[in-house]
Amino acid sequence: MSSLTGMRPGAAGTADVTACRADFPALAQDINGYPLVYLDSAASSQVPMAVIDEIARYQSHDHANVHRGVHTLSHRATEVYENARTALQRFINASRREEIVFTRGTTESINLVAQSFCRPKLRQGDRILITHLEHHSNIVPWQMVCEQTGAELVVAPIDDRGDVSPDSVVALMDERVRLLAVAHVSNALGTVLPVRELAAAAHARDITVLVDGAQAVPHMPVDVQALGADFYAFSGHKMFGPTGTGVLYGREELLDAMPPYQGGGDMILEVRFDGTTYNELPYKFEAGTPNISGAAGLAAAVAYLEAIGMNLIAEHERQLLDYLTNKLAEVEGIRLLGMAPVKASVQSFLLDDIHPHDLGTILDHQGVAIRTGHHCAMPVMDRFGIPGTARASLGLYNNRADVDALTAALEKAREIFG
Amino acid sequence: MTEPRLSTDELRQLYRELILDHARQPRHFGALGNATHSAEGFNPLCGDKLRLYLRVSGDSEIADASFEGSGCAISVASASLLTDTVIGMSSEQALELTDALVCRLTGGRSAQSNAREPELGRLRALEGVREFPARVKCATLAWHALRSAVANDKSIASTE
Repeated sequence: MSSLTGMRPGAAGTADVTACRADFPALAQDINGYPLVYLDSAASSQVPMAVIDEIARYQSHDHANVHRGVHTLSHRATEVYENARTALQRFINASRREEIVFTRGTTESINLVAQSFCRPKLRQGDRILITHLEHHSNIVPWQMVCEQTGAELVVAPIDDRGDVSPDSVVALMDERVRLLAVAHVSNALGTVLPVRELAAAAHARDITVLVDGAQAVPHMPVDVQALGADFYAFSGHKMFGPTGTGVLYGREELLDAMPPYQGGGDMILEVRFDGTTYNELPYKFEAGTPNISGAAGLAAAVAYLEAIGMNLIAEHERQLLDYLTNKLAEVEGIRLLGMAPVKASVQSFLLDDIHPHDLGTILDHQGVAIRTGHHCAMPVMDRFGIPGTARASLGLYNNRADVDALTAALEKAREIFG
Repeated sequence: MTEPRLSTDELRQLYRELILDHARQPRHFGALGNATHSAEGFNPLCGDKLRLYLRVSGDSEIADASFEGSGCAISVASASLLTDTVIGMSSEQALELTDALVCRLTGGRSAQSNAREPELGRLRALEGVREFPARVKCATLAWHALRSAVANDKSIASTE
């Protein structure tokens, strides 16, 4: 089914990942008369033809409601939806397919854990531990549940490079901490957090671990069991799938003990006015008709990534991020933010005293798409005493020419701001 | 599919000397101790935030104005030009000017009859944003705050 093209063995016997660029129709366009240079995959990635085709195929041939009705289309739709679950289970190495809950995205996945896992458990004085570099969606749901329960949010520091030292997090793991919620990769700084080490330390203290994997899953192999994540949340639209799709992985034992998040159809076994029996996992957490075509598209994205190979993608992006960081460092007046020793996909920067928003406009004018602003991580901006940054972020389809176009556009910005 | 490549002329229209000058050296920058009116403007899209201060005399003349905050070149220059322009105006004149400018930048129609339309003068330097829809709100932020300040509205003026 995949429209994967041009997988050529490279000099070292590895495939040339950037040849995949041709699979992404949106990348083959001009913006303001310049070829589009898309460096905003951390906000949302582009979609390969294989995903677009699969959604069209599903909608054209197989669509009906799932888990209902005996007719052929309902059966096919159910098969597509449940096969997608199995594909996701294999992709992140969950031990059971029931541990994959489909959501609207990372944000909903985290809110589900906050409300269904934490809220009934937390008592006055209990603590939730996060780090200073979290995305707002890994801060606000915890603030809300803290307000509801009287628990408190504790924040582990980051250093000037944007790195998280395991010791500084472990030091905060006292007997009141019930949950550790950390990003796998920082969306604003690119820092890869030592999740495995943190999870081991947390488990030794009976602390449950949630990992926000939104910025990791598109860029590296993820094995939730090897990481030791109790919960792992991620989004489809950052991994070349459709918007409005996402996954909450949760260990079966934890999910089983949690009350439902929303009530409605599909999440029940039996409804009577004197009491309702909830459905089994994972349906207990999937009230209402799900995003079936989205799940079909997400499964196609997984197949696409697996055909290339996540190790290959990670290596390609590691080399390209090095190239990006080095090229940016050569630009006069640049200030790089986020220089942790282990990073993925993202480089934040400032140029002279040009406001990131102005930089974004000048770059867009030359076809270069980057994100500017606080990246939904205002505490990170406060930490560095800046209103925001310009952020270039990579996807598997980017190449050195994209980086060169970015630095050329930055020179133009310096010219205009004189 | 191919469209003509934009020249940098448009960018230079947006970032004119006057704009860059006011962005680099904003006039009337800082809190106004004896302000009678003030309001905050906030653009949640980019996080630009500023507070505008007015000292309005008994006969409703804007005797002094200032602003503080942080933002992009367009929003800072616009706030700086605003303070420079409205000092000495009556609050009514300042509101009429605001209406005319916001309409000019957003492409809407002014509520004023054409005969009474105030001269925009060097505020026309802000017109470059008309070619950059994503930036119009940067240019209008301070003016939204002016409306709130004059109305003594305590809520934050938002561009959204």
